[in-house]
Parts: sequence; C-alpha cells; structure tokens
Amino acid sequence: MNSYRLRRFKDRLFSILGLLCVIIAVIPLGSILLEVIVRGAPVINWNFLTQTPGAEGQSVGGIGPSIQGTLILIGLTSLFGIPIGIMSGVFLAEYGHNKFASLMRLFNDVLTEFPSIVAGVTVFLAVVLYFGHFSPLAGSIALSFILIPIVARTTEESIKLVPNSLREASAALGVRRWRTTVSIVIQAAKAGLITGSLLAVARIAGETAPLIMTVLGNSYFFQGFGQPIDALPLRIWRDALQPYPDIQAAGWGAAFVLIAVVLTINIGVRLVARGRHGFGR
Amino acid sequence: MQSDQAAKMSSLGLSAWYDQKQALDNVTIQMRTNSITAIIGPSGCGKSTYIRTLNRMHELIPRATVTGQVLLDKEDIYGPGVDPVMIRRRVGMVFQKPNPFPTMSIYDNVAAGLKLTGMKRGRNLDDIVKSSLEQAGLWDEVKDDLKKPGTSVSGGQQQRLCIARAIALQPEVILMDEPCSALDPVATAKIEGLMTTLKEKYTVVVVTHNMQQASRVADYTAFLYLGKLIEYDETTRIFENPKQDLTERYITGKFG
Repeated sequence: MNSYRLRRFKDRLFSILGLLCVIIAVIPLGSILLEVIVRGAPVINWNFLTQTPGAEGQSVGGIGPSIQGTLILIGLTSLFGIPIGIMSGVFLAEYGHNKFASLMRLFNDVLTEFPSIVAGVTVFLAVVLYFGHFSPLAGSIALSFILIPIVARTTEESIKLVPNSLREASAALGVRRWRTTVSIVIQAAKAGLITGSLLAVARIAGETAPLIMTVLGNSYFFQGFGQPIDALPLRIWRDALQPYPDIQAAGWGAAFVLIAVVLTINIGVRLVARGRHGFGR
Repeated sequence: MQSDQAAKMSSLGLSAWYDQKQALDNVTIQMRTNSITAIIGPSGCGKSTYIRTLNRMHELIPRATVTGQVLLDKEDIYGPGVDPVMIRRRVGMVFQKPNPFPTMSIYDNVAAGLKLTGMKRGRNLDDIVKSSLEQAGLWDEVKDDLKKPGTSVSGGQQQRLCIARAIALQPEVILMDEPCSALDPVATAKIEGLMTTLKEKYTVVVVTHNMQQASRVADYTAFLYLGKLIEYDETTRIFENPKQDLTERYITGKFG
C-alpha cells in the first residue's frame, strides 16, 4: 500500500512538472499574441488595410502596399519554390539511394539552418547588383532559399512514410516506376506535402532579413517587377524605428495583420490535414 | 506425374541472392495450366523469394539478383530485352497483407491497373470492374459502396479486392504470397474457395506456411527447404506418400 502511494505521488509529481513546463513554454507565445492584439487591433480598419502610408508629418495612412507586397512575394516564391522543393523531396525519397543524393541531402540540411540574412546578401550581390535595382523577383529568390529546403525536407519525410507495400502493389500490376511515384506515392502523401508547403509559406511570410537587401521596401503599391516593393515585416521594422507614437501604432497594426496571416495559414494547415486519409500528416 | 497438362510457367535451375546471401539454389518447378501449385516450407526456406522471382518483383530489392530461367509460355522472362513491367502485367500478384490503395475508392482500386498502365483505352471500365469483383466473389458485398475508400471494408474483403485488382488486368498467372496469413478462418475459407474457381481461368501459384491449406486447394505441391527444392509432386502424393524423408518429417510436424 505504501509503495502504491509513493508511486501515485511520483506519477502526480511528474504530471504536474510536465504541465508546468508546458505553461512556461506557452507564456511567450501567449504574451506576444496578447501584446500584438492589444496594441495592434485598435488601429485596424478598412482604410488602414487599403491605404498607402501618409507623407511625413501628415496622417499615418495605411499599410495597403505592405500587405500587397507580402502577398506578391509569397505568391511568386511559392510559384517557383514549391514545385522545385516538392520535386527535390520526391527525388530524394524515391530515387535517393546514392552518393549524389546523400550529398544533396547534406546541402539541403545546411541550407535549412542557414542564416537568412546571408541569403539576402547573396541575392543582393548576384541579382540586385547585376540588374541594378531592387525587385520582387530578387526578394522571391532570397525567400526561396529558405522555402525550398523546408519543402524538400518535409516532402521527403512524408514520402518516406508511404508504406512500401503500396509501391509493390503498383509494381505488381505492371505499372511503370514514374507512374507509381506520381499516381500512388505522391497521392498517398498529398496531405503531408500540402502541410509542409503551407508551413514553409507561413515561415517565409514573416522573414525580414532576406528582404532588406532585395526588395528594399517603399510606400507605394506594386509598380512593376523591376521596382522595389514593400512587405509587412519590413514595414513593422521601419515603423518600430520611428519616434512617433502614431507610426509605432501603425507598426503594431502591421504586426497584428502579419500574425493573423501566419496563424490563419497554420490553422488552415491543421484543418486540411485533419480528416484526410493518407500519410505524413 | 501427369504430363497431359502443359506447363504454363516453369523455373529451370533458378537461384536467387540477396547481395551475398543465397536464398534459392537451383530450383526447378513446373506450374501447369489451370491448376493450383502450392509452395510450402518452413520460415526462411525461400518460398516468398521464389514466388517473387516469377514476376520479377525480386529484383526490385536493392542488390537482389537471379540466375537461371523462368519460362512463361516457353519464353524466358529473364531473357535479354524482356521488359519486367510487361511480364508483371501478365503475371498478377496478391500479397500477404491486403494492400488496397488507401487514396482510391473500391472502384478505382479495381480499375487502377488498367488506368495506370494505359490499357483502358477503348474498353468499358464499368464492365471490367464489375466482372473482376464478381470473379473475386466481392461484387454482392460492395456493389452499393463502390465509391467508398478501398480500405473501408474488412480485411478479408480487402484481400478479395486485391484479387479483383489483379484479375482486372486479365493476367495469365496469378501469384499469391501467403494470401490468408493475415485473415481469420472464415475469410480464409472464402479465399480458398475463390482459388479453386480462379484456376478455371488462370494458372495459380500460392505460397503458404499452412500445410492444411496446401492439401485442401493445391493440385501440385512443392516443398522447399533452405532454398532447395526437396520434393515436387501431385499434392495427394506429397501428403500421403512422400518420397523424401525430409518431406514426411515436415508435413507430419516433426520440424518447421
């Protein structure tokens, strides 16, 4: 009886310790969310979301160009980055039993951990200086340095979770290898691929460092692929450096919008993944 | 041994390796048209390896190799210029664990072979799906649920679905690798009944660790031990009057 009580006590103790750790881990997230909502939500209105920023010394204006810029950057990066990332992941998982693939996997892992400012500097040197101007294209290239390795990694992991019995079932029907990969394996791992891609998109939506030296940021709506554009993280950064309280408030508003976008993508991912049959959710 | 039935498929001096490890040693077996040939033997004797050499699935495993011949209608499927993919369309396979495609409906599972091999052109898929499910004895149970996922039915039904999926390609030979080992006795009895109807149209080869199953369904039985063929004969002779001492000891349960 005594030893049972002792064991029950230990069990409770560890449950409570575990719960405490979770609470400590969640406090930063909760306080950030609270702070952003309290300071950011009040400035949100239709004009704030759609107008350009006001000129110096006038009304604060809106963050329309930043939202538009972020959407353009996300869209462009996804358009090129997601297919490349997924195809690399499929290659690594399905055809990656050789030295070349191991080397690629290593580079991919290194790239995943790369400081994102370095991606920005690299693209500045290779693209911005070469063409002579900041541009959404340069920004997308820098962002895809971050997106592609993540998508490739999550794709590879999802594809590896597809049981080999399905590949064998397909091969035994006389289906060619590439067809099995496309129609059986990728289909079975689809939920995982969508999840991985959207999480990578959420990640790049908040990236600031690679954008500083590639798209620069400005106060205007999209003016062409050869011109600088703005983005939400850049806007937050610039507003936060201003001494004026109303501009700082606009920065909080932009942070609120950005967090809303990222959270929406994240929650959307969970909803997409839930209730789907398949592997690698 | 009867010789009035022609051999649909036969292995001649077949040996197989996994890297350096030899799994089959010089196995020669004939599989006669419209009959069931059972491959029996204790675990690790090479029976699954053997059946996987018959549709060239063995070589999908990295560093797995084969020597010798497998004749299908007198043509060596390991001959130069033979495309293994085309062989697999003629020699269907059912696996140990039912493996319907989880992302596909029952209907699409049966149609998968035709769709993915581009062989559906000019054919009525609905008719082929229906007749395949009928031949697999599954039509009456699933005809109202064709849109449901292939994995939504019971294990025994999934296995018959896999048989229907193999039949839909109208193969000449059907290989079954311990098709009942993951099933309960009732589902097993259904599959065994199915095998005897299948042999009217197809040549059936079944691997089993269940000797009663071999004696119930097979016309011919081959006993493998440590990668070697010990004895091959009509099933009744193997079970009633085996020539080899080893065979007798195995079927009477003295080892294995």
